[in-house]
Amino acid sequence: MKQVFTRPESLKDVSTHFCPGCHHGSVHRLVAEALDEFGIRSETIGVASVGCSVFLYGYFDVDVIEAPHGRAPAVATGAKRARPDRIVFTYQGDGDLAAIGMSEIIHAANRGEDITVIFVNNTTYGMTGGQMAPTTLPGQKTSTSPYGRDTSKDGSPFKMAELLSNLDGVAFSARVALNSPKNVLNAKKMIKTAFRYQVEKKGFSFIEALASCPTNWGMSPIDANQRVTDEMIPYFPLGVYKNTANL
Amino acid sequence: MQTGTPEKIFVKGNEAVAMAALEAGCHCYFGYPITPQSDIPEYLSRELPRLGGEFIQAESEIGAINMLLGASAAGVRAMTSSSGPGISLKQEGISYMAGSELPGVIVDVMRAGPGLGGIDASQADYFQATRGGGHGGYRIIVLAPASVQEMYDLTMLAFDLSDIYRMPAMVLADSVIGQMKESVTCGPRPQTVLPPKEWVVRGRAAGEPQNVVKSLYLGDGEMEAFHWKMQARYQELADRECRWEEVQTTDAELIVTAFGSTSRIAKTAVAMAREAGMKVGLMRPITLFPFPKKAYAALSERCKLFLDIELSTGQMIDDVRLSVARDADVAFYGRPPGAGSLPTPEELFEQIKKNYRASA
Repeated sequence: MKQVFTRPESLKDVSTHFCPGCHHGSVHRLVAEALDEFGIRSETIGVASVGCSVFLYGYFDVDVIEAPHGRAPAVATGAKRARPDRIVFTYQGDGDLAAIGMSEIIHAANRGEDITVIFVNNTTYGMTGGQMAPTTLPGQKTSTSPYGRDTSKDGSPFKMAELLSNLDGVAFSARVALNSPKNVLNAKKMIKTAFRYQVEKKGFSFIEALASCPTNWGMSPIDANQRVTDEMIPYFPLGVYKNTANL
Repeated sequence: MQTGTPEKIFVKGNEAVAMAALEAGCHCYFGYPITPQSDIPEYLSRELPRLGGEFIQAESEIGAINMLLGASAAGVRAMTSSSGPGISLKQEGISYMAGSELPGVIVDVMRAGPGLGGIDASQADYFQATRGGGHGGYRIIVLAPASVQEMYDLTMLAFDLSDIYRMPAMVLADSVIGQMKESVTCGPRPQTVLPPKEWVVRGRAAGEPQNVVKSLYLGDGEMEAFHWKMQARYQELADRECRWEEVQTTDAELIVTAFGSTSRIAKTAVAMAREAGMKVGLMRPITLFPFPKKAYAALSERCKLFLDIELSTGQMIDDVRLSVARDADVAFYGRPPGAGSLPTPEELFEQIKKNYRASA
């Protein structure tokens, strides 16, 4: 019998700590499939960030550096400059990338570092228990915005895929979602394109993946998936914002 | 990247650091402009790319130290440099490097503080350097040059010690040592036997173990075990790597002790005291971590009076007092850093006379 579906080689045969319905597992898998399909697992260095994504090294069967909170793009810069023959990617959440690490991501992108950044946006700080993130939607209630995000005081959510696409150093920027089979298939294509940019040495590539966090949203996985469609995608439109090499 | 030359050349302390880094095979430098150390990034921005290395002017000192972390994790020799305010920003990354057992050289050309402070020489970051500086309870190697020659030699040594002991190493200078020019001989990189870097992230090929550079330890007993391992390493450092200079201590009845730029002034004052027939010597620690405790203890078996001199209100004196015999006295003379507070040899000679008389 022909095997048509299996675990990617770039992922370890372990169960994750992610909550039921969380999309991190899907993003992990799609990144691993991209590494497998390019045959670059043995050349890849992952950079883990702080938050739910910190256990990257427990799930990916690649060498990993654990970066301080928000600093993954700077750590990746150092690793890539030291070893330009390696594939270097960061995997960061919204608090990590768009709050404490805003300086590092903007400058790594602006330098056009030849790295791939996987940004998982679930509009909340997952690991620390659901606090307000830089991408928390207007009016969204979190443990530190109990009356809902007030844009007059907290500002508006950052649209990172659009923001970074404005920088000359960015070669590829796209936003994807994982809440339906169609979106997952498209996300896979986009993530693979992002890595293709690095494989072909065509510059900085960025993927923003809209993800659910049923636990901290206080929703069932199915309701959380629906929220991605109803609330997140209208604010954070899916699409390719920059594709300089038309890959 | 061989840049060593046998001839003497006349350069600034900061330039000597940069030259030593090149000779030591430093492949990546990441920095951010700040007085009084900007000669280091300026020199390396010019020379490092020509030799095949990587120079990045980072967006901040936080960016720079984390680039150092990444480059070091990938297995190359790398360096950053800064001064007070920038070194404070780097503390997060230094703590992570210490927690991840990463080598890497950090040059701190001290300036006055706290806050923006001033650009004059200071020794008030002794505690920050020798006590780890960041969170979590760790130490790093700290070397204190007192001349431009030592800026060269100790930078080279910092790379070796950092690689051998797998921890960050700091060259702790100040704006006097960084900015002054002296003749130096730029010797070749020493043929130190270094341990293989089997732990670097390099891409995990089939059959090879996964390498992870991290500082998160959640398992039962893991964090404690890490700390005990590091304590043993610090002890190993103390047993093997202490360095210091003694001047006329054999018959001394008073031993002046100072490090870095202050020790230069103290050396002149000690010579003045000898000229005046006083039995005075100088003890200059070169490694501030590991602190040469045993050397102080040995000196204090015979000489019972020390005079600690610092360009601060007193920080190293804590280590001196913890090192000398219980019946030895440690007097102190220091001035807080800032424009005009660098003591003259005459001023220190007066302090020597005062303490010498008091003990007679």
